[in-house]
Amino acid sequence: MLKVEETQPVEFSSALLAKFDEVVKRYPEGKQKSALLPLLHLVQAEFGWTSVPAMDKVAEFLNIQSIEVYEVASFYTMYFLQPKGKYVLEVCRTGPCCLVGAEKIMDRLEQKLGVKEGEITEDGLFSWRGVECLAACGFGPVLQIGPEYTFYENLTEQSVDQLIDDLRKK
Amino acid sequence: MGRKLLLEHINVPGIDTLAVYREKGGYRAVEKALKTLTSEDVVEEVKKSGLRGRGGAGFPTGMKWSFLAKPEGVARYLVCNADESEPGTFKDRYLMTHIPHALIEGMIVSSYALGANTSYIYVRGEMMPQIRILEKAIAEAKAAGFLGKNILGTGYDLELYVQPGGGAYICGEETALLESLEGKRGNPRIKPPFPAIAGLYGCPTVVNNVESIAAVVPIINDGGDEYAKIGIGRSTGTKLISASGNLVKPGVYEIELGLPVEEFIYSDEYCGGIANGKRLKATVAGGSSVPILPANLTLKYANGEPRLMSYESLSEGGFATGTMMGSGGFIAFDEDQCIVRNTWNFARFYHHESCGQCSPCREGTGWMEKILHKLEHGHGTSADIDLLWDVQRKIEGNTICPLGDAAAWPVASAIRHFRDEFEWHVKEPMKSQSSNYGLADYANPIEKVVVAEEK
Repeated sequence: MLKVEETQPVEFSSALLAKFDEVVKRYPEGKQKSALLPLLHLVQAEFGWTSVPAMDKVAEFLNIQSIEVYEVASFYTMYFLQPKGKYVLEVCRTGPCCLVGAEKIMDRLEQKLGVKEGEITEDGLFSWRGVECLAACGFGPVLQIGPEYTFYENLTEQSVDQLIDDLRKK
Repeated sequence: MGRKLLLEHINVPGIDTLAVYREKGGYRAVEKALKTLTSEDVVEEVKKSGLRGRGGAGFPTGMKWSFLAKPEGVARYLVCNADESEPGTFKDRYLMTHIPHALIEGMIVSSYALGANTSYIYVRGEMMPQIRILEKAIAEAKAAGFLGKNILGTGYDLELYVQPGGGAYICGEETALLESLEGKRGNPRIKPPFPAIAGLYGCPTVVNNVESIAAVVPIINDGGDEYAKIGIGRSTGTKLISASGNLVKPGVYEIELGLPVEEFIYSDEYCGGIANGKRLKATVAGGSSVPILPANLTLKYANGEPRLMSYESLSEGGFATGTMMGSGGFIAFDEDQCIVRNTWNFARFYHHESCGQCSPCREGTGWMEKILHKLEHGHGTSADIDLLWDVQRKIEGNTICPLGDAAAWPVASAIRHFRDEFEWHVKEPMKSQSSNYGLADYANPIEKVVVAEEK
């Protein structure tokens, strides 16, 4: 069952649609489905997640079936199929980062934010989760924050505290 | 000091801009190739260089190019694989962040060689900052006449685009990458046909790693023969190594292939030894998919000769006592690291990243993760170790793409070389939760096996 907020209709602004048009131009005639992944990123950057109504509109724009969008959005890890906090802190949890303390960083996030992996803080500001290798193993532990995917390297418990405090003040 | 072909100017301020990159000799390869060489000449130079794919498979790049079908009136594509996701590997991110034009220049020359008029750089979606850097670099190159219609007045046209992925390790597999670029789930295709015959949109396509494409630039500038002089045997040229784990100086290093592993780990020019004065227990030499080796086999072959950083030397001894060059993701483990825990971590990774298409991989990776979780958390039995061996055997070689093998090898090699540590977790479940097995004899010289003569 979809929750109420998951069925809210969405409107795509003309600015967003202009960006869509730019992306579609990159591919040969008739191959506009190639734009699907970039378009979903644009939608998520705008709305914070990819809801079913938003995906339906993307399908309509690309002239493909809705299921072709759902199956893609659910396959890739970057698309959020539920609302998340404003800042989603994604910590690398794979081997090399764990050798240099990634598990401690995740414990610290859970403690500092007071929510478990995947949950949203009460003020709606933060979610966090462990993700697989972010290709920065030599600078671990690392985390990233969408939609800009700002990257933070060589984390310590102190630097994580500082980062969260700074984001709260923003 | 080893020669640097890719990272020579990495510390030059502003090297990410076209102006500074050109001051340092950038885009000479484009001028040389487009104005003085035919596309066949460029392919020939790359063949002569002996360059091997830097993404992991190590297949000769020039040969891959020569397989490209060229039917009349059908578009051909070059797609750069920048979906760097192999745990332990971060060289492509590093190169794209600091010297984006090295990749753009390589793409132009390579596209020219293959006769492609539209090329894509498929970058993993998480690398949004790098995508922005590349798009800026492409705009600069286009404004300077290196991209677009009639490049440098030679009549050659090329459009270059950056495509973001959606977050999936499997898209580093070339046919999964093409599926993804077509806007679908990243399910690898059954081969044949290979992409050289039917790739992107069913057209002939070459997929190359970022580092391979960047290496085409010095090959064209200096000639394939010059490039082939660097290195050792069939491992020619320089290679970017991503060094991570418990090292004094982790980071990306450009080495001449053939450098002794011991020098790479301990010399101050490279990693500077093991961090915090600890001793080396094990290494994964080429990204998480390649077999893990104990310290003694990392530094020397079973016969006592020194091991070198080259495709052949790293795989010396086969899987019994050797490993693989892979993508050059070099992970070092110090004496306090638990091999069972790390193997569990890697197994979780492959379970998470399996696309689900083939049963042995989809189910097997889950089984391996569960069994390893059990062992690591003190609930395992010795039968579990045998079961784990059995499961990995049933994945290897039984899947459409190499992800199955990549999931099986780290588990197999961990049991092969570190079985004592697995058994210790079974025999000492309480102790294994509060302490580590330690270095044991993994760094000791290997005893020579002496076969008694028959009397």
